[in-house]
Amino acid sequence: MDFGSINPVLLIASLMVASTPILLAAMGELMVEKSGVLNLGVEGMMIVGAISGFIVAVETGSPALGFVAAAAGATVMALLFAVLTQVFLSNQVATGLGLTLFGLGVSSLMGQGYVGIRPPASPRMEFFGLSDLPVVGPIVFNQHPMVYVSLALVAGVWWYFRSTRSGLILRAVGESHEAAHALGYSVLGTRFAAIAFGGACAGLGGAFLSLVIVPQWTEGMTAGRGWIALAIVVFASWRAWRVLLGAYLFGGVTVLQLNLQAAGIAIPVELLSMSPYLITILVLVIISSDKRRAAASAPASLGRPFHASS
Amino acid sequence: MKKRTFLAATLAATMATGAFADGHEPVKVGFIYVGPIGDGGWTYEHHQGLLAVEAEFGDKVETVYQENVPEGADAERALTQMALQGADIIFTTSFGYMDPTINVAQKFPDVKFEHATGYKRADNVSTYSARFYEGRAVQGHIAGRMTKTNKIGYIASFPIPEVIRGINSTYIHAKKANPDVEMNVIWVYTWFDPAKEADAAKALIDNGIDVVLQHTDSTAPQAAAAEAGVISFGQASDMAEYKPAPRVSSIIDNWGPYYIQRVRAVMDGSWESVDTWDGIGPGMVEIGEITDAVPADVKAEAEALRDSIAAGEYSPFTGPLNKQDGSAWLAEGEVADDGTLAGMGFYVEGITGEIPN
Repeated sequence: MDFGSINPVLLIASLMVASTPILLAAMGELMVEKSGVLNLGVEGMMIVGAISGFIVAVETGSPALGFVAAAAGATVMALLFAVLTQVFLSNQVATGLGLTLFGLGVSSLMGQGYVGIRPPASPRMEFFGLSDLPVVGPIVFNQHPMVYVSLALVAGVWWYFRSTRSGLILRAVGESHEAAHALGYSVLGTRFAAIAFGGACAGLGGAFLSLVIVPQWTEGMTAGRGWIALAIVVFASWRAWRVLLGAYLFGGVTVLQLNLQAAGIAIPVELLSMSPYLITILVLVIISSDKRRAAASAPASLGRPFHASS
Repeated sequence: MKKRTFLAATLAATMATGAFADGHEPVKVGFIYVGPIGDGGWTYEHHQGLLAVEAEFGDKVETVYQENVPEGADAERALTQMALQGADIIFTTSFGYMDPTINVAQKFPDVKFEHATGYKRADNVSTYSARFYEGRAVQGHIAGRMTKTNKIGYIASFPIPEVIRGINSTYIHAKKANPDVEMNVIWVYTWFDPAKEADAAKALIDNGIDVVLQHTDSTAPQAAAAEAGVISFGQASDMAEYKPAPRVSSIIDNWGPYYIQRVRAVMDGSWESVDTWDGIGPGMVEIGEITDAVPADVKAEAEALRDSIAAGEYSPFTGPLNKQDGSAWLAEGEVADDGTLAGMGFYVEGITGEIPN
């Protein structure tokens, strides 16, 4: 098949960028769900992160501080969710949906004075000439710092679940909060930390949109990416590497279909535009189709409220 | 049964308050927006129209609006709610609200509806649109003259006549200005998704395109064009923050005068169902400043083209023109009629790719 003017190297480099917001948000949500909490407010936390990061980056001139503020802003949102669901035992699904609506509203309020402003440029990394190497240069050595952070996050989360005591406790809390509680572990403490981590990651993902990909503040700019992140966590059967696969697959097919159109390849556009959703779901369903393991993959206490007296 | 009685009662109550509103209360004007008013493009300009209505009539009007209303069934709910709240006239500002507007208008015969860019009318439903394709002709000319790679790219939203007209008009005039020009179209199936629009712009640029045109509502493609050093055009709104480059010109929708005229018609009782389709001449479409990034001779040509369209001397769809499959459409000197334009579902000769169904 002739791919015309598409350059595969540029394609891979840009798919990594396009996938990063979803990957960041999904890694955060993976941590939250592993601790047994379902936070449907990813979209709301992302967009609050996007505007918090944007405001601080514009005011200070530093994209790095912007990302810090994005993580902080979204964490505040996440902690609000944590207090409501963990302390006051409100329904997690309803509270998460509320968080999304609240986030969309509060972000457009915060962004009132920031429409139409250009944020400070956030440069890509340069590695002493390595960035000019053919093929690997643009893909490996010339990305935005947050792309490396997101990849490090995948490795870190995987290692955390697999090899650390604290990761084991978090998984125990997610599987059976009564048992973990009986053993003397702090269910609330663990879940608060996980929810805060999830918020910070979602915030970074949002700021990556408003500071790097777009880069501009527009209301509602996350346009459903938080929901995609949620879906990817489920289809990835709660495994870190599969989340990476799912996010890159989704971002990759999205970028590929746009490139195929730009190159004028004669494939029906209807097929191309639904392909990201179809292919991502298909691949993840196939790799998680082993019934014996699939049943065990969802955290057993996911979405169930916990109170120490029960 | 109960449900139906309740509905009937609500309807009766609404009509009662509606009648009451005619005499004493301010005229209530409603707007349904497809995006957020901060999109910097399409919805932003409709909201400017709302503000113009408020400035014109002061406390004689009361305005309400709802942002981010999805096209389709949910729009019907939003419209019904607005009608039940006592709106006297409701502007529905996106193509996808066409059927919901007609459906809700049947249930509220005393409320006036105005649907933008559609073609279905009723006794209490008017349609209005702007001849954006006139502006596209000017952009196409600049694009054809400015491209160095002879490849220009177009980010399209949905395959509806309005968008297809814009693509055709752009291509015809780019080709006239530069016979070697090629145009690639990307369909993104959204009016507003900044990240996807940015990705689409990047995909075009990665494929060697150096002029980006857009028929989507956000400024994200402008930012992508700025980063890559190619040129672009403001869409729906001036997008002046990207002057002088990448944004070298723009199409500005100016809805304020129309909205004021229609609200006044409701006030003095002269409102009738009409179909309005105005272009550069009456001022509904404006061409934003052509910046110095464009050479002076190109700018002069573009302005001459704009002025001849405004004066009614030239129509962007003037023959000889063939359809994409090579069959004849317009003979030498023949001008396309509004009926064909309103339902345009084909590319003109020379554009590659197919229109999705």
